[in-house]
Amino acid sequence: MAMQASEIERLIREGLPGAEVRIEDLRGDGDHYAAFVKSAAFKGKSRVQQHQMVYAALKGNMGEALHALALQTSVPD
Amino acid sequence: MSDITILDEIKNAVDSTDVLLFMKGSPQFPQCGFSSTVCQILNHLGLEFKSVDVLQNAEIRDGIKQFSSWPTIPQLYVKGEFIGGCDIVREMFESGELAEYLTSKGVTVSS
Repeated sequence: MAMQASEIERLIREGLPGAEVRIEDLRGDGDHYAAFVKSAAFKGKSRVQQHQMVYAALKGNMGEALHALALQTSVPD
Repeated sequence: MSDITILDEIKNAVDSTDVLLFMKGSPQFPQCGFSSTVCQILNHLGLEFKSVDVLQNAEIRDGIKQFSSWPTIPQLYVKGEFIGGCDIVREMFESGELAEYLTSKGVTVSS
């Protein structure tokens, strides 16, 4: 099983309205992506919490359909 | 064994070990790139750490994800606290934050 970059982006945008989202396909196998997510919702949250918010937006796909997602989260200045 | 005992088992291990890494494989034979990366970082810092090979026990492999509400492996714990997976450990290591954090927790870092 694998996921499309557009699907990952859509889920993250839905789960984190207004977030800036960029997905990079690391290997072209639909299983290894990098995601860069910038959202005001991350303000005051620890890195772990920020990543958990992205995983929650992915609705259980993380670690299942999606094997690897290198994640970088940030807060808008 | 019901989930409760697995989560208790995990909690005991996490609380009783200074630096504990739940990983795929072992530090000598990591079975996944992300687990291997975290091992290299911990070795680079000269840390003594224990590891749990989640591939050996499916209940722990699922239980640890519930325990931390974190969907992937590896998972690093220091003095009972969940630090993160490969991305966060690498980010903290590269910024020097990891060595600082470990020292603040009384864990000896040698480089």
